[in-house]
Amino acid sequence: MSSIIEYIRKSQIWRSVFRHPAPYDRRNRAVVVLTNFFLHLHPVSVKKGGIALSYTWCMGGVTFFLFLVEALTGVLLMFYYRPTLEWAFTDIRALRDVTTLGIMREIHRWGAHAMVITVWLHMYRVFLTGSYKPPREFNWVIGVILLVLTLLLSFTGYLLPWDQLAIWAITVGSNMARATPFLGHEGPGFQLLNIGGYDLITNASDARFLLLGARTVGEETLNRFYIMHCVAIPIVVSLLIAIHFWRVRKDGGISQPL
Amino acid sequence: MVAAVKEAQQAGKPVAPKLPAQPAKPKLPVKEQKVTRRSFWQMLSSVTISPFAVAWTVMATIGGVWSLAAARFLMPNMVRELPSKFKVGAISDYPPNAVSEKYTASRGVWIVNTDQYNGQPLLYSLLAICTHLGCTPSWLSGEQKFKCPCHGSGFYITGINFEGPAPRPLERVGLTLGADGLLEVDKSLKFQEELGQWSDPKSYVELG
Repeated sequence: MSSIIEYIRKSQIWRSVFRHPAPYDRRNRAVVVLTNFFLHLHPVSVKKGGIALSYTWCMGGVTFFLFLVEALTGVLLMFYYRPTLEWAFTDIRALRDVTTLGIMREIHRWGAHAMVITVWLHMYRVFLTGSYKPPREFNWVIGVILLVLTLLLSFTGYLLPWDQLAIWAITVGSNMARATPFLGHEGPGFQLLNIGGYDLITNASDARFLLLGARTVGEETLNRFYIMHCVAIPIVVSLLIAIHFWRVRKDGGISQPL
Repeated sequence: MVAAVKEAQQAGKPVAPKLPAQPAKPKLPVKEQKVTRRSFWQMLSSVTISPFAVAWTVMATIGGVWSLAAARFLMPNMVRELPSKFKVGAISDYPPNAVSEKYTASRGVWIVNTDQYNGQPLLYSLLAICTHLGCTPSWLSGEQKFKCPCHGSGFYITGINFEGPAPRPLERVGLTLGADGLLEVDKSLKFQEELGQWSDPKSYVELG
């Protein structure tokens, strides 16, 4: 058995993929992490106490795992879902009633709920252990942005089933944007943005209109939310996750119990 | 010499050893202050701005213009909505003390015939949008009230709020009787009770 492994390790194919010897000694164990694209965001070595489950709760890791689950199931769902008034609701129903392994949709939904919870717990842990303090304060800021983006992913994904719950939840949620200071047509100070008595902020030019693409939740909104949910926000989130992990490494690794 | 040093040391005085005479420094020829190509540009950039500042300003400007352009691009110029004015039939279609839901699903308005607002028999059109957060309330004829399913706001037949989180009465939209004897709703007109706009004659049709 070990001779087979040894044969594979010495083959040209293996050595072309992994540019270093097997991690049998301390040096090569470090090299494995340093030269691997996926691992290089990670610290080369981690103190035992820093990854104790009782200390980290593994909530950041679980959140990242759930993000991967959402990305995977989300791409699969896109093969069956069409964001139009005619098909959106029917396609979601068909995922449940017709599609084999349509449970992918339920996994996506439950994973989304779980991800919101784990993000909060991760944040709570980071707060309790004081891991937001210098030199990690910038990573806390990135984390807060990631929290907001996670909630936005939930909000935009909520509309896509296009049932009564979805439409009215987004109606209620987006009505709050009417009250945006200066940029909402019912918000404080919108009157200040006018040229020669002509209001620049109306119900057809304010923050809510930009969000919905219309004055009421309709097909334009469905399309907008679909693109934000599947393309725009995930791209930004992926970038920020990479920076978040990289900063953990650069800020001296995961914080330690005192 | 040695004797002199010894003597001085005995007296407790430090003595500096004599240094050999330095050769005279040759005087460098003074360069003439000439304007070269390089010094010209350095001079120019010091009184104006550096090329880096120019480059960064240009890039920041382009980035800013693109951001604004992207925001403007995402703001649609067109809305696909039904016309705000539409005919809703004759007065005789609306019996007294009743709320008509004929145009609720398609147009989002109720046509109400009642004398409960100010004692006069009136016909008016209420907008079917809850003043709390914008859901569509239902008319419950048994309880004689509009009830919002989202957060439980309740309104009397007059449109006045009396329960739940809604902060103000439902809004009326324009309702007029045309020369052809047909009623016409105008959703582009809004009349708010708390602003005293319900006394506007465009917000109701008085019934004899």
